[in-house]
Amino acid sequence: MAEDKIKLAVYKFSSCDGCQLSLLNLEDELLDLVGAVEIAYFLEARRQVLDPPYDVGLVEGSVSTPEEAERIIQVRKDCKTLISIGACATSGGIQALRNWADAELYKQTVYAHPEYIDSLDTATPIGAHVFVDYELRGCPVNQYQLLELISALLTGRRPNIPTHSLCVDCKRRGYACVAVSKKQPCLGPITQAGCNALCPKFSRACYGCFGPMEQPNIHSLGKMFAEKQDCKPHQMKHLLRSYNGYLEPFKQASEYYEQIEQE
Amino acid sequence: MTKITIDHNTKAILDKKDFARLIKILQEQGYTVIGPHIVDDVVSLRPIDSVKDLPIGYEDEQEKGEYSVKKVDCQSYFQYVVGQDNPRRYFMPPSQRLMSFHVDKKQFVIDQGPPQAPKLAFLGLRACDLASIQIQDRVVGYGVESTFRCESDTYYGETRRQSILIAVNCTRPGNTCFCSSMNTGPKAKENFDIALTELRQSFIVEVGSEKGKKLAQKLPLKEASESDLELAELKLQNAAKHMGRQMETEQVRKLLNNTIEDSHWDKVADKCLSCGNCTMVCPTCFCCTVTDSTDITGTKISRTKEWESCFTHQFSYASGGPQRNTIKGRYRQWMRHKLCTWWDQFGSSGCVGCGRCITWCPVGIDITEEVETLRQSNKSLLNSNNLQEVTT
Repeated sequence: MAEDKIKLAVYKFSSCDGCQLSLLNLEDELLDLVGAVEIAYFLEARRQVLDPPYDVGLVEGSVSTPEEAERIIQVRKDCKTLISIGACATSGGIQALRNWADAELYKQTVYAHPEYIDSLDTATPIGAHVFVDYELRGCPVNQYQLLELISALLTGRRPNIPTHSLCVDCKRRGYACVAVSKKQPCLGPITQAGCNALCPKFSRACYGCFGPMEQPNIHSLGKMFAEKQDCKPHQMKHLLRSYNGYLEPFKQASEYYEQIEQE
Repeated sequence: MTKITIDHNTKAILDKKDFARLIKILQEQGYTVIGPHIVDDVVSLRPIDSVKDLPIGYEDEQEKGEYSVKKVDCQSYFQYVVGQDNPRRYFMPPSQRLMSFHVDKKQFVIDQGPPQAPKLAFLGLRACDLASIQIQDRVVGYGVESTFRCESDTYYGETRRQSILIAVNCTRPGNTCFCSSMNTGPKAKENFDIALTELRQSFIVEVGSEKGKKLAQKLPLKEASESDLELAELKLQNAAKHMGRQMETEQVRKLLNNTIEDSHWDKVADKCLSCGNCTMVCPTCFCCTVTDSTDITGTKISRTKEWESCFTHQFSYASGGPQRNTIKGRYRQWMRHKLCTWWDQFGSSGCVGCGRCITWCPVGIDITEEVETLRQSNKSLLNSNNLQEVTT
């Protein structure tokens, strides 16, 4: 039976481990998961490493070092299906903020011995380096979406992962709209659902952990923030440049606000 | 207990001090009472336990894309209008597990069947809400076989049959309300069991059905005086005159049928976020998606029904991609459906004038303004006879 099981690999690149942890946090479903798949490579969970090839590879983190840029090529070769999970792997993550800055200057300022630091000037998503079969958004990913994706792969069906706005989820759950009733700069109307509307549930504006939704109208939302909430271009830029700032079309929009900020 | 004879269309007085009794009786009869209740500074429709849960003394302020409530110095019970919730939350729940089953050897075994319909008492529904329920009845074919268009919905039908509708006539319309234009309010005309009109110390109780009559007979009602009735009537007339919005409905179908390529749709699309908020708060939107899901072992399967919005890609996804791939196409489809093609489909307008879509649109797109802009720029078209006529 064991040889029939699909072999799962979980890789870490530049990241906080939060997405891998959401897999381990499944608790109730974890035994079912290890019953259904063979954990072939998952350093955070199992010391034993099986030889590649693997059927499914989950990649957490962004490519931020020369070593990672090489390693991801091998990872792609080792996995039949490759899935990038979480904001870092799908957009570059919060570390991608350095893509707009002088990384060398940071290195010199922050580290006592900058000569030990061997990093690239940019942090980029996995998809910028190799072909990925699926991308799962979120900072961190929603553990149930992750489970859904793996279940769908095992069954050979299409995963049920919505790409619509967060607002749809908020309204289904009956949470009061923070944009309309509290005049907060909520990114919900341009952000993909998936977090179970965690922030609006606690009356806090969405800050876009799941990245841009399908066809977001960022310009219109920005105009409303400017008119009703006196949101300045640099504030709009910062709103867009957080966990998924380097992901289009957040990237392009943030560059637009940066440009008008300077004018 | 009753001192006066209660019959259909009876109008009587219920003192405010006896209002708690109404909720108590409903609870004793096994109803879960759904009424206005403030959740995170928004008047919502939620289960309530007692009269204390009502937003007594609160007023709301609504504008396009803006909503707020404030406590005012009075003891009024219903001086606010509708919030972001609407009754379909209870008749067609936003997310519902339809069934779940597992595979045992080579057989399917049902673990959980269709959900049981609850017994609900709606307290404080407005005339627009009642009109929306009538529209939904036609959509799912409840009690109106002749206009049956969609798959009949057992859960809806059962919940509807078991529920009791207690309406409140609006004496203080909101700033985004336009029910008088859509001929649905501010006074509840039909489809209620009991309708209340709030006065200073009391309510005028109007009986609208057999179910309402039975409930009214249990209430400590008093004879309504001529002056009470006159005052209530004046308040409602006044409310009808003070709608925050209005929509000219004359020839609106003709207008929307002949302006499909109007450049104004591009302007609306520049603004529209396609976030779906308008469809989620609209009391007549009924679209749902049904999803089947398997667990990690592939042996447990569940089927879930959820609210869906025509503003999502998924909604019109067919071979090759979404059929309405632009925001312009999606907004135009939604608005034309509400005001125009709804007539062809269900024999009525799909808009009840509650104004929710105006208030809860984050960028404040106003359906009444959009109709007016189209009308103004197509005046000559409307007057000409060389137009595509309405088919039905």
